[in-house]
Amino acid sequence: MRIFRQSLILLSSVLASFLTFLGTANADGHGEFKLGVVTFLSGPAAEPFGVPAWNGGKLFIKLLNEGKAPAPYNKKGFGGMKITAIPIDESGGATKQVQEFRNLVQRDKVDAVLGYVSSGDCMAIPSVADELKALTVLYDCGTPRVFEDASYKYVFRTAAHAAMDNIAIAKYLIEKGHDISSIAGINQNYAWGKDSWKDFSVSIKKLSPNSEIKNELFPKIFSGQYGTEISALLNSKAKVVHSSLWGGDLQSFILQAKPRGFFKRTQVVFSAGDHVMPGLGNKYPEGVILGARGQYGMMAPDTALNAWWYKTYMDEYGVFPAQPPYRMVQGLMGLKMAIEKAMEKNGGKKPNKDQIADAFKGLEFEAPGGLVQMKLGNGHQAIQPHAIGKTAKDKNGNITVTDIVRYKASCVNPPNGIKAVDWINAGFPGADC
Amino acid sequence: MIDEILTIILDGAIYASWLFIVALGLTFVFGVLKILNIAHGGIYALGAYSTATLAPIFYSLGMPEQFVVLTMLISALAVAIVITPIMERGILRRFYGQDEVLIVLVTYAIYLVLEDVQKLIWGMNSLYVSEPRELLGALEFGSLYYVGYDLALIGLAIFCGLTLWFVLNKTQSGKIVLAVINNPEISGCMGVNINKVYLAAFFVGAFLAALSGSFTAPLISVQVGISVAVVIESFAVVIIGGLGSIPGAVIGALIIGMARAACVHKLPEAEIFIMYFCMAGMLIFKPKGLFEGVQARKI
Repeated sequence: MRIFRQSLILLSSVLASFLTFLGTANADGHGEFKLGVVTFLSGPAAEPFGVPAWNGGKLFIKLLNEGKAPAPYNKKGFGGMKITAIPIDESGGATKQVQEFRNLVQRDKVDAVLGYVSSGDCMAIPSVADELKALTVLYDCGTPRVFEDASYKYVFRTAAHAAMDNIAIAKYLIEKGHDISSIAGINQNYAWGKDSWKDFSVSIKKLSPNSEIKNELFPKIFSGQYGTEISALLNSKAKVVHSSLWGGDLQSFILQAKPRGFFKRTQVVFSAGDHVMPGLGNKYPEGVILGARGQYGMMAPDTALNAWWYKTYMDEYGVFPAQPPYRMVQGLMGLKMAIEKAMEKNGGKKPNKDQIADAFKGLEFEAPGGLVQMKLGNGHQAIQPHAIGKTAKDKNGNITVTDIVRYKASCVNPPNGIKAVDWINAGFPGADC
Repeated sequence: MIDEILTIILDGAIYASWLFIVALGLTFVFGVLKILNIAHGGIYALGAYSTATLAPIFYSLGMPEQFVVLTMLISALAVAIVITPIMERGILRRFYGQDEVLIVLVTYAIYLVLEDVQKLIWGMNSLYVSEPRELLGALEFGSLYYVGYDLALIGLAIFCGLTLWFVLNKTQSGKIVLAVINNPEISGCMGVNINKVYLAAFFVGAFLAALSGSFTAPLISVQVGISVAVVIESFAVVIIGGLGSIPGAVIGALIIGMARAACVHKLPEAEIFIMYFCMAGMLIFKPKGLFEGVQARKI
């Protein structure tokens, strides 16, 4: 009887181990990598940012798991480990996101978290990530302050911060000979809008000291009604109007400003203006100078990797990819490269988060938008090349981007250890243009 | 200088008109049913969505462009016809006479449900229907161009306000509604069908909410979340003007509209809090709003 009981316990243990193995192993038998993916799936930032980003993300994860991505991303999953994504909605504010982050790490036991569009969330999450020793990849948010005001061990940002967008636009205006004798701005009243305007206006003043600031408007985020602001901007008669509006706010601003001849009476620049182009189509005005927060979408470089990604996304969703899916895929590519580098050092076994963090630091990898280099924030913050262009109608009457100027990453990003605004104020020392 | 003052007045009037149309239904429903309807914003959004859906169908039929206004009216009417029996008969009727906080929570729950209904029906993508805004062209005022459609909103606001005032004060049905507002119990004893009055009043409120959404749709990108700002701003209007007061809604909308326009032009840093400043000032000095109704003392 005793022998029977012992045999039963032994058999149960073997069976349990086998079932556990089956549960975690993929077809290649390399195990699983659980990835929390946080982006806006509801609320006003979902349609322009979160949903297209996650569309791109889940498509790329599927292709990675099937081993159908091109080199150097052709190894299945992350180093042979099947990627299991747990999508989380970013809406609800920073307090809620901190709780969601804790849930992902402590309850769901994810191996890493990739996420965050909102600058507010990006400011709140990193200290918790280091406290929990949770590998975290910020894939989208723009505020330069994440790694300028602090340093973290387990947090990385795989996309350049917003200073690049506004420095490049200022340089573009000068290079193309636009009249910048007076400028005005309409930017949302929170970190993103304030930082964007500061970077742009200081850059312009540095490059053209006689330029005059006519008007600085900071409407609240998601206000939706801009009639009065449009009147004030037109009244100011500024030669250039800068805006970092995004999503529904940018769409509404365009729809309200266009019939009032706004885009014909002043040179408008949108620092992140590409992502509403798929939705607005030919309602998008001509003659607008715009950036895409990197070489993305219509301003992407002519490389095999980009051609593959652009076509793959287009075939799947019937619309061209703007910046959000590019940036999420960029984050996934960076994470994959770091994991596989760490795995190699670990003799092909699944690396732990410290090993991945070590491998991530200072990493360089090719993405559809060009070479990404983790050069700032002591190897935790990416820089990347940038492109600025101007909207125009093509021969078929469709809106497109022309007159594209490309900027090297080292031309529009500060060197390591210098805050973006200090670098601008110092006159861009060491900029390699 | 005079040009700038005129611009501020015009911008303020356009914004106030939009605010008034949005807030009118809210204050009317509160006046009659004593319900602070947070779901008002959800109905506004449904109005915007229905116009953004029906207007392209209208254009595809090749009918004269001017008739798109009829489509917008029909959209608003359709929303009110569908939403009124569900909300008023189906849900709110069960809570009449209960604690006001409970009713606010109920309408908030309905608001959340309506947000999900929008996602369920229309998904997360934005809808655009800017064509009606081109109907009246652009007009030049000083050195600025204004879109005729935006100016027409002032006319629509005046029309809505005057019509509601006229119906309430000059028709028999309106006087019945006023009687119910004043004292539902006595009105009921006198043979007034209170349930019917409540249903009709809620229908009018829902129609006005949907109408404001319908006529706002050409100005904005219609997407999930557009109702949040509307709820907050229309609440500010009715708090300043006095809950349940139509003249109060006029004055409340004008105060916020003009103050906001003046700030954007002359003191942009103050724009973000001017509405709350007006609201806080009113709560300090006249907590029940400018047009606090006289309450008959019940024995």
